[in-house]
Amino acid sequence: MLKRFDITAFVYPLISLAVLVFIWHMSIEIFAIPDYLLPPPSAVFSSLYHGLVSGELWPHIGTTLSETLVGYVIGCGLAVLAGALLAESRTFERFLYPLLIGLQAMPKVALGPIILVWFGFGMASKVVLVALVCFFPLFVNTVNGIKRTDPELLDACRAFSASRLYLLLHVKLPSASGEIFSGLQIGVALALIGAVVGEFLSAQEGLGYLIASASVSMSLATMFSGVLLLAAIGLTGSMIMRAVHRRVVFWEARTEKGGR
Amino acid sequence: MSASLNLHGVGLTYPTRNGAIQALQGIDLQIEAGEFVAVLGPSGCGKSTLLKLAAGLLPSTEGTLSLGDERITRPSRRAGVVFQKPNLLPWKTVLDNVLLPATTLQLPIEPARQRAQSLLELVGLAGFAKNYPYELSGGMQQRVGIARMLLPDPDVLLMDEPFAALDALSREALTLELQRIWSTQKKSVLFITHSIPEAVFLADRILVMSPRPGRIIEDYRPGLPRPRTLETLNDADFTAACHHLRRHFTHAQAI
Repeated sequence: MLKRFDITAFVYPLISLAVLVFIWHMSIEIFAIPDYLLPPPSAVFSSLYHGLVSGELWPHIGTTLSETLVGYVIGCGLAVLAGALLAESRTFERFLYPLLIGLQAMPKVALGPIILVWFGFGMASKVVLVALVCFFPLFVNTVNGIKRTDPELLDACRAFSASRLYLLLHVKLPSASGEIFSGLQIGVALALIGAVVGEFLSAQEGLGYLIASASVSMSLATMFSGVLLLAAIGLTGSMIMRAVHRRVVFWEARTEKGGR
Repeated sequence: MSASLNLHGVGLTYPTRNGAIQALQGIDLQIEAGEFVAVLGPSGCGKSTLLKLAAGLLPSTEGTLSLGDERITRPSRRAGVVFQKPNLLPWKTVLDNVLLPATTLQLPIEPARQRAQSLLELVGLAGFAKNYPYELSGGMQQRVGIARMLLPDPDVLLMDEPFAALDALSREALTLELQRIWSTQKKSVLFITHSIPEAVFLADRILVMSPRPGRIIEDYRPGLPRPRTLETLNDADFTAACHHLRRHFTHAQAI
């Protein structure tokens, strides 16, 4: 809490990154790697820079961002809702939980082409794919988090005649919020995968589309720009989620010692 | 207000893989209005189960339980409960934790808020209303639990080893404090413990339970004068009472 902003936490990984870029640069010199296989970092950065300045990249960024965000919100919202309902209902749990767990093992992106057929080649299909991909881990985390609520804490609240709805909203869901947030965190990375895969399959715009179409013309500098941008979006997203997590579940790190 | 708690032939049997287990058998017990009764027994004798039955958190399989003239079938506003753990909601402030029964029982909020403040004063936590549980020591958290229990002004207090998880000094302080609180509120108390001195110090009557199936094997009234102080601990009568109770626990299944 006191070390809220530790500058070294940023500096050390940046040093490693600089070393990596340096190795990348040097190995191209030393092994004489041709441009069409691996462009030097300078070429990637200049392609990235020009793309951003000329405004060419922004529509791609915007498309991928909006697909990811809309899909993420829908998928995560449904996951928490479904998780809460399922954890509360025995029948629901018996009939559906094993099925949903089974579905979790299936790679959801494999459904991409089918979703494309159903929802068209525009934004809708990517949103559905994103929602589908981030649904499962969060759903499972929500169910587990609710089920792991301390039974004695529930009994203590029941002793004061707490209703089922009160227990769910004010005891079980807050109890599960740590696990819900780790599900949300995993979801950020998965959502981007969903959007990019959807764009690989068929799209007119987006960073996935950019990478796929640059592949046709073997323009590796453009492809790397796309990858770097996706990495930056993913990193920013998960950092935001982590900050929100710490703020919302403020008691999490400090409750262990107290003996709740 | 205060009311009597009556148990008649209460038993509890629950099924397991290896057949039915009888946790409690033929428990008869009356707690008069305003009386402090301790239930003393070794671990696993079903004394916590007994408290859950009295709280209406668990249905009995035999016998009847009643609070005043009401049958106990589910949790009631008239019974307040504390457990060994404080069981506070870590995401709510101390004040909101104390106010929990007001929300769940839908009591008018303004009077409840005032009562919560005065109860926090009673347990010595007046300045901590806006703190979160994790900022409090274990003993302070348990005081919050006691204030929460008292908020709906219950007739009977059900306490399940409330001080067992505390360090020796907090435990002593809270024991004295509970006596003081009880003397101002005059509620009936069912106090579960496995500590002989704690039972003798606090209670008017001590019921000794045997292990599985849990039965009451002695109903003992030490008759020590009140208020009891730390001096009482060195009293010959106090020591004699502890010694008397100790007889039950000198065997292998000792505490």
